[in-house]
Amino acid sequence: MARMATTRRVVVSTIGAWLFGFLIFFPILWMVLASFKTELEAFAIPPSFLFFHWTTENYATVQERSDYFLHATNSIIIAGGSTLIALLIAIPAAWSMAFSPTKRTKDILLWMLSTKMMPPVGVLVPIYLIYKSFGLLDSRIGLVFILCLGNLPIVIWMLFTYFKEIPRDILEAARMDGATIGRELVHVLTPMAIPGLASTMLLNLILAWNEAFWTLNLSTSNAAPLTTFIASYSSPEGLFWAKLSAASTLAIAPILVLGWFSQKQLVRGLTFGAVK
Amino acid sequence: MGQITLQDVQKSFGPVHIIKGADLEIADGSFVVFVGPSGCGKTTLLRLIAGLEDVSGGKILIDGKNVVDTPPAKRGLSMVFQSYALYPHMSVRGNIGFGLKMAGLSKDETNRKVEAAAATLNLTPYLDRKPRELSGGQRQRVAIGRAIVREPKAFLFDEPLSNLDAALRVQMRIEVTRLQKQLGTTAIYVTHDQVEAMTMADKIVVLNGGKIEQYGSPLDLYEKPANLFVAGFIGSPKMNFVTGEHALQKGAATIGVRPEHLKIERDGAGGWQGTIAVAEHLGSDTFLYVDAGPLGMLTARYIGELSLHAGDHVSLVPDPARIHRFDASGNAIRG
Ligand SMILES: Nc1ncnc2c1ncn2[C@@H]1O[C@H](COP(=O)(O)OP(=O)(O)OP(=O)(O)O)[C@@H](O)[C@H]1O
Ligand SMILES: [Mg+2]
Repeated sequence: MARMATTRRVVVSTIGAWLFGFLIFFPILWMVLASFKTELEAFAIPPSFLFFHWTTENYATVQERSDYFLHATNSIIIAGGSTLIALLIAIPAAWSMAFSPTKRTKDILLWMLSTKMMPPVGVLVPIYLIYKSFGLLDSRIGLVFILCLGNLPIVIWMLFTYFKEIPRDILEAARMDGATIGRELVHVLTPMAIPGLASTMLLNLILAWNEAFWTLNLSTSNAAPLTTFIASYSSPEGLFWAKLSAASTLAIAPILVLGWFSQKQLVRGLTFGAVK
Repeated sequence: MGQITLQDVQKSFGPVHIIKGADLEIADGSFVVFVGPSGCGKTTLLRLIAGLEDVSGGKILIDGKNVVDTPPAKRGLSMVFQSYALYPHMSVRGNIGFGLKMAGLSKDETNRKVEAAAATLNLTPYLDRKPRELSGGQRQRVAIGRAIVREPKAFLFDEPLSNLDAALRVQMRIEVTRLQKQLGTTAIYVTHDQVEAMTMADKIVVLNGGKIEQYGSPLDLYEKPANLFVAGFIGSPKMNFVTGEHALQKGAATIGVRPEHLKIERDGAGGWQGTIAVAEHLGSDTFLYVDAGPLGMLTARYIGELSLHAGDHVSLVPDPARIHRFDASGNAIRG
């Protein structure tokens, strides 16, 4: 009796999970499918699911019309660079807040987070003007800088929570063993925090890769990452669903692959502390 | 060398005064144990010596040099934590050798010393394992190995054996004592287990509420407790205290007699009369818990087996040479 009930529950929840997963995944699947259709079929009603005339001509057109590899390189530099710099700043910041907190530490953390509550458009004009006068518009450095600043609060918060989980005793043991603060950071804290660091890094890479507000507003061609590349396909001449889909598929492919291979690490990092 | 001197060391956490002026002189090479009830400040005092906490006042001298402004890394002490605090991402070799690596020793020399330390502690087969692949006792040994390999001026232990089972505790207790004697390095050892304190220490510091109640050898503390607190804290079962008329006769506010210094008589008329409430027969010892009416509950210990049972009437005669006298403020009266 009891066993049958549990089997049924397992079956029902498995089906439920698959359905839910499919629902979440569907837009991506649809986009990939659309990228292999002709423009006409792409918005045909009723839509055809699998039985249409498969073609790769959209990809050819997209590559011909714009330089995918340039934008992909930009995306890698911008997402990678901003993540790297953010981590370099965030590790010592989170370390000091986690291990030698003062009365104001909580306030500082909240203040950092509060900067994320402000809509970015609120500072678009001043940032734009600053960038203009410093010649940072449409430059990779400019984008690395702004994305780094934008994600820094999240990176610090995440690292702070991971560092908090590390037993104090172990760091004190390192201190007793004669380690200076720098060596304690390098030899003890960082290796112990690797799962947390990895998931913070991955999450930040994904956030930076997909960031569209600042990249769209501050870059046009030379420094433009893949987000700008996608946006160029919803152009004034009209929407080209199939080509837009092809461009989007190309844009998300690298990060999707990265996410796929690191999903275990990501899940572990995101639930670190919650389950242990 | 490892002579440690505390001069009026104070510690407050915010408004709370935890260590209320500690003065202590720890001779080079001696084994000193801090005992006291939970929350009395043993760990805090040890951490102050280690440098993991900053003093709020007073001086800490190591070999005559005031170290209150010296960071822990530079004090030349090593510590064994209750939680072991091993580096989880390093092998046993890495754990033991970490301090040497920090000190800038060459790889060869580090390896040589690590292997020697591992051999002393029977850890050689485990050198390449990670801490999570070791048992509690082995982890404890690694923690000790990490402490000895650096040849520090002194070892600081914070209840290092409290996570081990009873049999292993006894074994490790002996091993730690033997190792310390062999190395001749000063050791400060925190515990709230008074058997550990009595058996391991050259000298014991009894702490209570952030104050040092007495500092002396185990037998000093047993034979000449300075006050009621020490008298009650050291010795098991606890010393019996009697107030009132019997005490006044001896010219004291309170008198104390240890359970082993009460002579048990079946039908004597002298001494303190009472009825046995509980009798514990251990074979080697017999413990009697006697309801002595106005004197309260008294504990008596007999070495060997004594066939007395609950409900039996007994008379307890204190050994006159072994009576401790205390004045109204709880301090021992000598002479
Ligand atoms: N960082 C701290 N902040 C505030 N109070 C503290 C701090 N550390 C310790 N205390 C307080 O100091 C007192 C002494 O603590 P300590 O840890 O030294 O006790 P202990 O003698 O080691 O006790 P135990 O035998 O339980 O380990 C306790 O009342 C504790 O609450
Ligand atoms: Mg303690």
